[in-house]
Amino acid sequence: METLITILAGVLVTVATYLLLSKSVIRVILGTAILSHAAHLMIMTMGGLKEGEVPLIGKDHGPYVDALPQALILTSIVIGFAVTALSLVLAYRTYQETGTDTLDELRGNKHE
Amino acid sequence: MNNILVLPMALPVLAGIILIFFRKHIKIQRGISLGVMLINIGISIYLLNRIQEEGILRLDFGGWEPPFGILFVADSFSIILVLTTSIVAAICLLYAFSSIGKAHENMFFYSFVSFLIAGVNGSFLTGDLFNLYVNFEVMLLASYVLVALGGKKVQLRESIKYVVINVLSSWFFLIAIAYLYGSIGTLNMAHISERIAESGQTPLLTGISMVFLTVFALKSGLLLYYWLPGSYSTPPTAVAALFGALLTKVGIYAIIRVFTLFFYHEPEFTHTIIGILAGITLIGGSIGAVAFKDIRQIVSYNVVIGVGFILVGLAVGTQAALEGSIYYLMHDMIVKALLFLLAGTMIKVAGSANMDEMSGLIRNYPLFGWIFFIVMISLSGIPPLSGFIGKVLIGQGAVETGSYLLLALAFISSIVVLYSLLRIFLNCFWGETMISFEDEIPMKKGWIIPCVLLAIATIALGLGAEALAPYVSDAANTLINPDVYIDAVLYDK
Repeated sequence: METLITILAGVLVTVATYLLLSKSVIRVILGTAILSHAAHLMIMTMGGLKEGEVPLIGKDHGPYVDALPQALILTSIVIGFAVTALSLVLAYRTYQETGTDTLDELRGNKHE
Repeated sequence: MNNILVLPMALPVLAGIILIFFRKHIKIQRGISLGVMLINIGISIYLLNRIQEEGILRLDFGGWEPPFGILFVADSFSIILVLTTSIVAAICLLYAFSSIGKAHENMFFYSFVSFLIAGVNGSFLTGDLFNLYVNFEVMLLASYVLVALGGKKVQLRESIKYVVINVLSSWFFLIAIAYLYGSIGTLNMAHISERIAESGQTPLLTGISMVFLTVFALKSGLLLYYWLPGSYSTPPTAVAALFGALLTKVGIYAIIRVFTLFFYHEPEFTHTIIGILAGITLIGGSIGAVAFKDIRQIVSYNVVIGVGFILVGLAVGTQAALEGSIYYLMHDMIVKALLFLLAGTMIKVAGSANMDEMSGLIRNYPLFGWIFFIVMISLSGIPPLSGFIGKVLIGQGAVETGSYLLLALAFISSIVVLYSLLRIFLNCFWGETMISFEDEIPMKKGWIIPCVLLAIATIALGLGAEALAPYVSDAANTLINPDVYIDAVLYDK
C-alpha cells in the first residue's frame, strides 16, 4: 500500500512540475496546489498506512496508528489553502493591472 | 513562570488582530504597533538576562512534556535575534509613520507588519521542527501581502514570482520534514538531535540534510538568490528595510540551527558544501553589487554578500567563528535596515533610482550624507563600528582551521562592499549640487530620526561588543555543544 501511495505522490509531482513550467499564471498556481497535496500524501505514507487501530483510547487495545502525520497534514492543508487563495487573488489583481497572465510578458524590462 | 516566553510571538499576533478593528484610527494603529515592539525589546532583554542565570528556558504548550508536545525554547542565540528583530522593527515602524502614506495605513499595513514580526519571532523561538515550518508560513504570508500592498504594476509582477518561489521552497521544507519524520520518528528538535546522535548520521540522513539546506538556502538567498533583488527593490522603503533586515536572517538562523543541532556529525561533507555555497554567494553577490547603477539593486546585492559572509562562520564552525557569525548577524540586521532606509530616502529626495542622475546630495542634506558614510565604513568593517568584531572573529576562526580560500573570499568581498557603496557615495553625495535650495524636498524629521537611531545602534554595537560578549559566547557555546540544548529541553537540567 505504501508503495502505491508513494507512486501516486510521484505522479502528482510530475503533473505539478508540468503545470509549474507552463507560461500561464493560473496553471502555475494550480501546479503549486497539486504540489502541496503530493507532499501531504508523502507525509501520510511516512507515518505508515493502516498499521494499527483507530487512535482512540478505550475503543481497542492497540497498537494504534500514528496520529501525528494526520495532525501535520491538517495544519499543512490549511496553510496551503490560504496560500492558494492569496495567490489566486494576486494573479487576478496582476491581470487587472497589467492586462496579461502570461509569464513571458510579466518578465519586466530594465528601463522602468 | 516561563509563560513570558510566548509573548514575543503572541503580542504581535494579538496586536495584528486588534488593529484590524481600528482601520480608520491611524493614531491608535501606530501607537499599538510601536508599543508592542517596544514591549518586546523589554521582554527580550529580561529573558536574555534570565537565561544567563537559569540556563535555557522552555515553555511546553498545554503541559505536554517534550518530546510529545510543541514547545518554545529560548537560548541566548534565539533571544539575541528576537531582541535585534524588535529593535529593527520598532525603528522601521517609526520610519513608516512618515513615509508609508495614508493608503497603506488604511489597508491594514500595521496588522501585516505585526504578523510578519510574529512569524519571525516564532521561528527564532520554536523548539519543534514542524512548528518552525508553520512560523515560516506565517511570516511568508504576511510578506506576500506586504510585497503586493500598494498594487503598482511592478509590485504585483514581482510578487507573483516571489510567491511562487517561496511556495516551492516551502514544499521542499514539507518533504524534508516528511523524510526526517519517516527515518527518525520525532519532530522535537532536541529529540531529533539525540536520536541522530544515537543512530549515527547515516548517508540517508546526510541526504535529508541536503534537502533542508536547499530549503533554507532558497529562503536566505544562499546561492539561490536570483529572486531576491527583484522582490526586495519594489516594495515601499519601510517594507524593503524590514525584508532586507529580517527575512533572509530567519533562513540563516534555520541553517545554523539545523547544522549545529542535527547534522553536525559529518562536517567534512555538510560543512564543506555550506562553505562552497557561501563562497559562490560571496562572488555572485559581489559581481551583482558592482554591476548595477540602480541603487536599490546595489543595496539588495549587499544583502546577498552579508548572507555569504555569515555562513562562512558556520562553515568554519569553531567557537570563535560562530561568535563572529552571531555578532555579524546582529550587525547585519541593523545596518541593512539602515542601508535600505537611506537608499529609499535618497530615491525619494532625488526622484530617481539611477545613481548617474543624483549628485551633490550632501550639500542639501549634510547629516544624511554623513550617516551614509557611517553605514559604509560600518559595513566594510572599520574598527569602532559594529562590522569589525564579527569580521575579526570569523577571520580568526578561518585561520585556526586553515580555510584560507574562504578567508580570502570573505575579506575581498568586504572590499567590494566598500567599493560598491563608495561609488554611491562619490556619485550621489559629492559633486555638483543637482537640487537647487529652492526646490529641494525638505528632509522630514520622521525620515532622519530612524536613520540616526540605527546609526547610533551600529556605533553602540561596535563599542559595546565587550558588554555583549558573555551573551554571545553563551550562544555560541550552546551551538558548539548540542548536549546543553538537549539536556535543557529533554532532561530539565
